Amino acid sequence: MRGGANLLDVNMDADLLDSEEAMVRFLNLIATEPEIARLPIMVDSSKWTVLEAGLKCLQGKGVCNSISLKGGEEPFLEQARLVREYGAAVVVMAFDETGQADTVERKVDICTRAYRLLVDKVGFPPEDIIFDPNILPIATGIEEHAAYAKAFIEATRIIKQQCPGVHVSGGVSNLSFSFRGNDRVREAIHSAFLYHAIRGGLDMGIVNAGQLVVYEDIPRDLLEMVEDIIFDRRPDATERLVDFAKSISGAGSKREVDLSWREGSVEERLKHAVLHGEVAYIEEDAEEARVKYGKPLLVIEGPLMDGMKVVGDLFGAGKMFLPQVVKSARAMKKAVAYLEPFMAAAREARMAAGGAAETASKGKIVLATVKGDVHDIGKNIVGVVLACNNYEVHDLGVMVPAEKILDTAIELGADVVGLSGLITPSLDEMVVVAKEMTRRDFRIPLLIGGATTSKQHTAVRIAPAYDGTTVHVLDASRVIGVVSDLLDGGRRHKFEQDNAALQEKLRAQHKSSRRPLLTLPEARAKRLRLPFEQLPKPPFTGRKVIEPDLATLRAYVDWTFFFHAWELKGKYPAILDSPSQGAAARELFEHSQELLDEIQKNGWLKARGVYGFWPAHAEGDDIALDNGVRFPMLRQQVDHGDDKPYLSLVDFVAQQGDHIGAFAVTAGIGVDELAARYSADHDDYRAIMVKALADRLAEAFAEYLHEEVRRSWYESGPKLPNDELIAERYRGIRPAFGYPACPDHSEKQTLFNLLDARSIGMELTESGAMTPTAAVSGLYFAHPQSRYFMVGKIGRDQVEDYARRKGMTAAEAERWLRPNLAYDE
Amino acid sequence: MATSTSVRERLERLFQSRIVILDGSMGVMLQHKGLSDEDFRGHRFRDHPKPLRNNSDVLCLTQPELVTQVHREYLEAGADIVTTNTFTATRVSQADFGLEDLAYEMNLEGARLARKAADAFENRFVAGSLGPTNVTLSLSPRVEDASYRDVTFDQLRDGYAEAARALVEGGVDILLIETVFDTLNGKAAIAAVKEVAPDVPLFLSVTIVDRSGRNLSGQTVEAFWTSVEHAQPFAAGINCSLGATEMRPYIEAMSRVAPVYVTCYPNAGLPNAFGGYDEQPPTTSGLLKEFAEAGFLNAAGGCCGTGPEHIKQIRQAMEQVAPRQVSAA
Repeated sequence: MRGGANLLDVNMDADLLDSEEAMVRFLNLIATEPEIARLPIMVDSSKWTVLEAGLKCLQGKGVCNSISLKGGEEPFLEQARLVREYGAAVVVMAFDETGQADTVERKVDICTRAYRLLVDKVGFPPEDIIFDPNILPIATGIEEHAAYAKAFIEATRIIKQQCPGVHVSGGVSNLSFSFRGNDRVREAIHSAFLYHAIRGGLDMGIVNAGQLVVYEDIPRDLLEMVEDIIFDRRPDATERLVDFAKSISGAGSKREVDLSWREGSVEERLKHAVLHGEVAYIEEDAEEARVKYGKPLLVIEGPLMDGMKVVGDLFGAGKMFLPQVVKSARAMKKAVAYLEPFMAAAREARMAAGGAAETASKGKIVLATVKGDVHDIGKNIVGVVLACNNYEVHDLGVMVPAEKILDTAIELGADVVGLSGLITPSLDEMVVVAKEMTRRDFRIPLLIGGATTSKQHTAVRIAPAYDGTTVHVLDASRVIGVVSDLLDGGRRHKFEQDNAALQEKLRAQHKSSRRPLLTLPEARAKRLRLPFEQLPKPPFTGRKVIEPDLATLRAYVDWTFFFHAWELKGKYPAILDSPSQGAAARELFEHSQELLDEIQKNGWLKARGVYGFWPAHAEGDDIALDNGVRFPMLRQQVDHGDDKPYLSLVDFVAQQGDHIGAFAVTAGIGVDELAARYSADHDDYRAIMVKALADRLAEAFAEYLHEEVRRSWYESGPKLPNDELIAERYRGIRPAFGYPACPDHSEKQTLFNLLDARSIGMELTESGAMTPTAAVSGLYFAHPQSRYFMVGKIGRDQVEDYARRKGMTAAEAERWLRPNLAYDE
Repeated sequence: MATSTSVRERLERLFQSRIVILDGSMGVMLQHKGLSDEDFRGHRFRDHPKPLRNNSDVLCLTQPELVTQVHREYLEAGADIVTTNTFTATRVSQADFGLEDLAYEMNLEGARLARKAADAFENRFVAGSLGPTNVTLSLSPRVEDASYRDVTFDQLRDGYAEAARALVEGGVDILLIETVFDTLNGKAAIAAVKEVAPDVPLFLSVTIVDRSGRNLSGQTVEAFWTSVEHAQPFAAGINCSLGATEMRPYIEAMSRVAPVYVTCYPNAGLPNAFGGYDEQPPTTSGLLKEFAEAGFLNAAGGCCGTGPEHIKQIRQAMEQVAPRQVSAA
């Protein structure tokens, strides 16, 4: 398929094989591989029962290869009828009751007879008939064989005239059978024969497509002799070619594009495999190199690292992109996994002999997603990139408490600690880790990354908490630069100074950028006052569980963000045509679609959600539900300097008789198991991809459900196309807690209780992160003027008021709202 | 044979003269009657060990009056062709209810009920429904073994052959292989029909399950037509899972590739979050009218969620529009 085949010929005839069973099993298997299933299948066997069993497995239009008049008209007609009933095309060999056709006359007679039977008696469409008038070996030394090639070409011409509509095929390599071992001559014969046979009407040929020379490239002298034997032009043609062949015996061209790299040295092959992320031969090559080098470590440090170094350089130069790097890492990991047992054995032997263990890496790095947070796609990518560049990465996973991170760092003698997090409470947890590092006298650099982190927050809150160097790393592409500077004796000092100076500047900017606030009563007085006429009634009140299939959700996916997860920045689908990133994006997209097809087909991921509607009204800045549940909301306080209202989500709810909706959806049921399965197979590429896909599907689920909700609640008219959904061109909003309009993650507890989201398998961590990670939750507002906005900075008066409304202490409220505080506690 | 030839001629004349009207959903109509498990069982199956609720096909045996009444409502609404209540009445599907041995009888009775209803009107036709069954030949239900299949081609073909024989005996004019979600299942049904009723006009209808325009086994409309062309159907089309809005590019593709009459009977929109359908008759008929005006259609009707009012309005909508020209008819 990847070599460019137009048709897949499947033959299971072999001595020790139950070919019928093997045919069915194999065809069933490839039917479930979307990449292969797009090719038409040619079922190939000398046994009718195997052919029939195979045809019953093809949902598409196949080809039956082959039937013939060998056993007379009756079985021929019966088989042809059945082939037709199964909707397949058919290959008919030029064979009859008396044997194989070798002359032009016999070939034409048998084929025209078969044609009449098929078309007149079975109703076979001529275009579904493929004749194979037998390509037989020439230049064998036997006189009758000399005319075989000529006879085939001539017969083809006549058959195409007398049997309009049919196709002609043949097994080309038979022709040069007597030149076995001399590929250059064979290739020349095949190419010259095809050149003439195609002009005679040959439509398809069975030939090793990787072993064909271009007709024009055949040397004149060789071509002349080859054409002499094909057209039987002189009695001594065979002799002349045999003599000539002796002088040019050679390996032939073997230009199978895809596999030419297999011909290089083992070093070149390993480098190629790593560079192209090709895993098919990696173990075989690793073994060969291990034997050659004697020590497995030398293989890793030598050819494998050479390959990774090129990958690192190309990535650094922007000539390779993250998905390709992760694929390369997969090949590297597979090779290392293969070599690992040998290294362990060598290590033991050395230890037993009293030697020391060696360290080969450029540095040890401990990575973790902090306590309370479960998001790890970005962290995993950073880990892969570091490992690719020969750093020893210890990834502690997600929800890792400070203590464990620091204990591990001490135990391993780590050179760097890296923290990741996605939700805002994680920012606080990072400060906790930083303080703890100071207390425990750490000096090693602390790296901060993740979607909500920023260089501002790192400078203002985390760096001051740690005596060592704290660096914010924007994305995976920056991490190698940062780490190599930090671990380089010569460059470290300068880097740290620059970093400290930058952070000082950011802190100064932060102080001066504080904008004046309105008091809470002033802000409330300038609230948004909306008209509430004809409040729509939701279709029901209470909660409902929904389990859409992935096929439905797929249509709602916003692929742009999938590419963002892989640090390919651009809008989908334009990114596929981007001159710089297009190739990487297309490959990634293709792999993602294949994986998604597989996931969908096998039901590896499940989506489940719960949503509902409740009678509710605004009460102060609280949304109060009739059942007693309350969602306290926050209000903008930063002075706009104009007449615009100071917004709170509560402004979109009427003082009486209104409703509010709520939802929690996940598309991540099964994702951890699946990712773990890929990780166990050293396939980080797919492990990361599965998580990124699940995230997209969860967002798609939210979009889909919002559409359903809007339509059942208040929206009519035609549905919007996906791009308009993505652009949010509709009435109503679905803000999520932890995001700018309602930044308090702890409100998810109330939301989950209201929805009983735990009953569908969703949970919250202590920081309010949802599990499964691929999840979205929030509230629905129906008012036509409801919109997303940012609460922004709030004053101490509102924090205290909010704490009172929530029944918590001001200190606790400050902890949840820290990024929004306009003051230092 | 003589009868089916003349049926074919009458059908040809009808399809040449105007856009033909199909009926709407049987299921939704029966659901509206609010039947209990007892109603499904009737007297005959009151002691049957398995619940029969939602086995719509058994109603051909236990509540024949109800089934006849639905047919009558569609005929009154203007349907030229009514479809038998035998969507899942194959041996393979009925095994779920422990009624596999009654598959023949269900099809026979289903055909007779529709026949009788249709014969009370002038120039109406009966299509015998052969549904997709509850199993799939192209996909493995087992994660660990992609080569495994729940059923064989031969089992499916035999089940369809039995159903088709009974439908023909009960007097159907047309055999309708509908809601083809797995083309290999569809091909088993085609092989069966070619075996037992090669001369009965055959309608094929694929169902597109997602917005990539494929059926469940992954085929596009073009691939589907290429795979089933050998059946030489009288008509080919698309029905069920997408509503008309989403179906447009696919029905357009079918009308482009298939040189036979093209049929379209969509659901009443996509199912809402509650599994129901809310597309109102003016919407469905309006969308179908647009397809017809674009020259895609030879026959139109409704699938899940559509009722007699939909059919009535579809009929009105189609009245002024000329049918699609079939080149090789």
